[in-house]
Amino acid sequence: MTEFALILVSTVLVNNFVLVRFLGLCPFMGVSRSLETATGMALATTFVLTLSSVASYLANHFLLEPLGLEYLRTITFILVIAVVVQFTELVVHKTSPLLYQVLGIFLPLITTNCAVLGVALLNVQQGHGFVQSAVFGFGAAAGFSLVLVLFAAMRERIVHADVPAAFRGPAITLVTAGLMSLAFMGFSGLVKG
Amino acid sequence: MVTAMLVLGIMSGLFGLVLSYASKRFKVEGDPVADQINDLLPQTQCGQCNYAGCRPYAEAIAAGKADINQCPPGGEETIRTLADLLDMDPKPLNQEHGQHKEKLVAVIIEPVCIGCTLCIQACPVDAILGAPKQMHTVIESECTGCELCVPPCPVDCIDMVPLQKDIFSWKWPFPDSAPDSRNGDTAIHGAAGDHGA
Repeated sequence: MTEFALILVSTVLVNNFVLVRFLGLCPFMGVSRSLETATGMALATTFVLTLSSVASYLANHFLLEPLGLEYLRTITFILVIAVVVQFTELVVHKTSPLLYQVLGIFLPLITTNCAVLGVALLNVQQGHGFVQSAVFGFGAAAGFSLVLVLFAAMRERIVHADVPAAFRGPAITLVTAGLMSLAFMGFSGLVKG
Repeated sequence: MVTAMLVLGIMSGLFGLVLSYASKRFKVEGDPVADQINDLLPQTQCGQCNYAGCRPYAEAIAAGKADINQCPPGGEETIRTLADLLDMDPKPLNQEHGQHKEKLVAVIIEPVCIGCTLCIQACPVDAILGAPKQMHTVIESECTGCELCVPPCPVDCIDMVPLQKDIFSWKWPFPDSAPDSRNGDTAIHGAAGDHGA
């Protein structure tokens, strides 16, 4: 149990995917303009990351390792993740229109993101088991959601702030992201891993 | 090497099958009434009905929020078919939304065009081709004749001209306007009967 808690704290705060590992930066910059879309994206990411983490573990453990095809990991993971997400999207669209409305357009957007592939590959690199992979995926997504929502809330306020002309737009956004990253780096040493 | 190719090939094939099955099995039917209405609308995307395009207007009709007589490009013909579909009485076109005209296409007078791209932004169906400071032109087969590109043009170089009937756009006249097509009818029925037997 402590181990899972450690993985969670480690992925959410210490080795945050966006601010420390610098994965998944495009949705971080792209959909953080308003809190509403950021929340939708955060939910979709949580869903996709957990799912793809588990699916890629299964593919690696039961298909690639027995056949000695570890060098095909990247392409296999991309394939598996894309299919699993697409399949889930179809099922969700049919069974729960409400959930589809919330996640809908964000699901395909996040599927091919580097954070998703990053989670799958890091799982293998760190030798995680099945449950550990799931927790790792969920933790990574929770960390992503946390900073995405925080960042979106900040950007909504920055729009109304009196920013010097030279810094307006993307410049102040990048500066804010950098400061946030610095703040999160402060967590390093909290948990080893 | 061979194993790798086999594994990837089989896996991709399997996934493809699963997805194609899933897309059939979990197919989501849209609003069938709105679909049918949308099929009857002329798809000019002109917005004269006060909706963003033909599809939103079709959805509004299906939801009972809009009347069937708000489509000037479709004219009486569309109103009649819509009335048939929805079991309503046909009514005259609502003049507030504009008047029915014959089908037009936009033509850019190319020597006058200054290449400002304003008409490209206005076109709802991407039928105008061009780049900044380059002459623009209209892809005639894509143009729906919605006239949305006319007001933004700063040099008034867009003309709306009636569509020339050619071998591709010509259609049989509707039966009530061409009552004596009996000979053609019998021939077709005869052929169909032979085929069935």
